Amino acid sequence: MIFLTVGTQLPFDRLAQAVDEWCVLWPEHEVIGQIGEPGRHGYHPTHFEWWPFIDPSEFMRRFDGATAIVAHAGMGSIITALLHAKPIVIMPRRGNLGEHRNDHQYATAKAFANHALVHVAMAEDQLPSRIEMALMPSPTAAGSGLGRFAESSLIDAIRMSIITAPERGSSKSSRP
Amino acid sequence: MSRQRPVRVLALASSGGHWIQLRRLSPAWLGCDIAYATSNAGYRAEVENDQVEPGLPAPRFYSFPDASRWQKGRLVLQLLSVLRILILERPDVVISTGASAGYFALRIAKLFGRRTIWLDSIANSAELSLSGQRVAPYADLWLTQWEHLLCPLRPEGMGPSFRGKVL
Repeated sequence: MIFLTVGTQLPFDRLAQAVDEWCVLWPEHEVIGQIGEPGRHGYHPTHFEWWPFIDPSEFMRRFDGATAIVAHAGMGSIITALLHAKPIVIMPRRGNLGEHRNDHQYATAKAFANHALVHVAMAEDQLPSRIEMALMPSPTAAGSGLGRFAESSLIDAIRMSIITAPERGSSKSSRP
Repeated sequence: MSRQRPVRVLALASSGGHWIQLRRLSPAWLGCDIAYATSNAGYRAEVENDQVEPGLPAPRFYSFPDASRWQKGRLVLQLLSVLRILILERPDVVISTGASAGYFALRIAKLFGRRTIWLDSIANSAELSLSGQRVAPYADLWLTQWEHLLCPLRPEGMGPSFRGKVL
């Protein structure tokens, strides 16, 4: 099963439509999607089952059950895929098309271009081939997932700042 | 001088990528009295399943309304909700990865003289986020996850610092 997610904020019609069209070519693949609220004039896919939003536990259940993920180039989707060692296809939202407030997803997509588990489609015409690449078993991709936590240098710097915080002045609720 | 009680930490971020990045920092507040806040109440179960260290209270969980920079009314609701969480929690330290709610939380916390930490999202590889730029004067520790966003021309301590990434 392929799981499509466009994140928890805005719909992403260009991606939903491209995946819908891919489903016509590959009816043997099951696709399910979380595509945001398309609204009356937005794109409503007809070749796969979808929801606007699903709650986090249901989201994780679907994510875990997927062979591959197709997503916008959001860090939440990418980190979750790497954490679960799932191949992921990302397509960036573009600022000039009104899909996000700026082009940061375009920069993210370029930054992940050479990652073993991440297949980057810069636009919808590249999406079919990237999905097919993501579905192929890849010996190099195995084990290229992530640990549970951030880099220890980052955690250490934040921890140092936390434990040296000044103790809050006399608070009526916590002092006798 | 030893502390009379564990450090109270409030870790706050909007849902989605910001939240996932924030949670990856959690070893930084091991041994602290932690509360989380985010814009999706559905994350409550995840937080309540966290392992609790002996002698520490269970992590607390709050949610606040989502808002984008164009939704002025919702931004006001979000600000009030974040203010309420800070009043209830009275944290020693506030940490956020974004976005507008994190900016509100750090500003309010600074007003009360609390320690504040901002980690700009790894999604902002071309420039710092808008919230991240605006929060700078209110962040005791102001971090980017991209070394190329450090500002070599700025005087020491005037730009963000780099200490690593969430990946």
